[in-house]
Amino acid sequence: MKRTLAIAVAASTLLASAACGDTGDDEKASGGSRTLNVFAAASLTETFGALGKSFESSHPGVKVRFNFGGSSALAAQINQGAPADVFAAASPATMKTVTDAKGAAGTPTTFVKNRLVIAVPPSDPGKVAKFADLAEPGLKVVLCATPVPCGAAAQKALAAAGLKVKPASQEQDVKGVLTKVELGEADAGLVYRTDAKAAGAKVKGIEFPESAKAINAYPIATLARAPQPDLAKQFVDLVLSAPGRTVLTQAGFEAP
Amino acid sequence: MIRRPPAVLLLPALVGLAFLVLPLGGLLARAPWSTLGTRLAEPQVLEALRLSLVTATLATALCLLFGVPLAWLLARVPFPGARLLRALVTVPLVLPPVVGGVALLLALGRRGLVGQWLDAWFGLTLPFTTAGVVLAETFVAMPFLVISVEGALRGADQRFEEAAATLGASRWTVFRRVTLPLVAPGVAAGAVLCWARALGEFGATITFAGNFPGRTQTMPLAVYLALETDPQAAIVLSLVLLAVSVLVLAALRDRWIGAG
Repeated sequence: MKRTLAIAVAASTLLASAACGDTGDDEKASGGSRTLNVFAAASLTETFGALGKSFESSHPGVKVRFNFGGSSALAAQINQGAPADVFAAASPATMKTVTDAKGAAGTPTTFVKNRLVIAVPPSDPGKVAKFADLAEPGLKVVLCATPVPCGAAAQKALAAAGLKVKPASQEQDVKGVLTKVELGEADAGLVYRTDAKAAGAKVKGIEFPESAKAINAYPIATLARAPQPDLAKQFVDLVLSAPGRTVLTQAGFEAP
Repeated sequence: MIRRPPAVLLLPALVGLAFLVLPLGGLLARAPWSTLGTRLAEPQVLEALRLSLVTATLATALCLLFGVPLAWLLARVPFPGARLLRALVTVPLVLPPVVGGVALLLALGRRGLVGQWLDAWFGLTLPFTTAGVVLAETFVAMPFLVISVEGALRGADQRFEEAAATLGASRWTVFRRVTLPLVAPGVAAGAVLCWARALGEFGATITFAGNFPGRTQTMPLAVYLALETDPQAAIVLSLVLLAVSVLVLAALRDRWIGAG
């Protein structure tokens, strides 16, 4: 009796610990080649992915590894000592937590601006046409959590319009909001224009004039403890270059 | 006679122990003890704690209700495909919890395989609700119960059951009066593991049920969010979760498992 119990306990805890390991193959030391670690806001997933590819092709032997997520989570990771070379945040406030902790090398540069749109499923089950519709009772609205830049911007826009919205969920980053809308779990969500554009036909993006009151500036900086400071600077230069800006504006970002 | 344990076993055992205890030490060392009282009294902390305890307990009840019969089926009734079924039952153990959450959305979400009918017929939508949290926790925790109970059933002496059957007891009576008391320690251990796993559930919950204070924001979600903005608060929340788990597990172990 005791033995089977012990085995069951041992087996299940072993399996559980295996299942919990989420950041598995982190440090795969590749001989000879260098790795550039870029921490970037989730809304930069598509554009930075493309820029990373072009950086790799112009720098043979260099691998660009991205960590996309909510800017506040990334800032916390950097402040806890995560090995990052470049940080691109979706708001000056999240970048400030890094600069305040003396984590940035030099002053961050604003490289793009982004505005919110209402994302609804293509069939628009909640019949959302304008910003004020989000306050409709019974409408399932999903927003970013307020510490995340897209959540801060959403609150700013709602406050500017005098709207009270009780969200069904507060997601960790903008992609979380988008997923809930894509899957049809939410009737509407506030995401960046670029995210709605990147999702293609899976969501419908509705522009609204109140978004002008909550435009996010995106700062980028190389980091003080960057393991690859030279590569970090070259990557930031690429983002700020004319070809880099073209990639970003084509995705729906606005020039700073 | 107790002889000294050999160093080959003792050394790795102590290393293992240190590895398990060290992170807890870190938590204790960095805790903001002076402001602990005021931070604990914040309504958000209590709300998250209450939600965590309620949902983990409900999830454990669901696991017992469905998991014990399932374990009995796997251990006592031979049927074709039993091995495959056994493997399927343990899938949530190896599945990353976030993937479990996505799978739940696709099955029970508003547009999901089953969820669309729940919505159409009963107006019932599970994502973003406390019921959704309970389901996510049940999904992740049930295998712990099934494995534990099935192991106990296989280890139990079947001659008692056979004797009861020859004396005219029906299969249900045998299960109730003979089998269940025999494997009670296994069921208890499974339930404890199940509860502990449900209490710590994060990935499936945040994916399937979302995050909203008081409704779906359990302690692990609160810890994760607090870590981004207020690491001190995250430490306090972690301490609470740690204290509650240790207390409950210690109490239950002594009462049930220790006696087994």
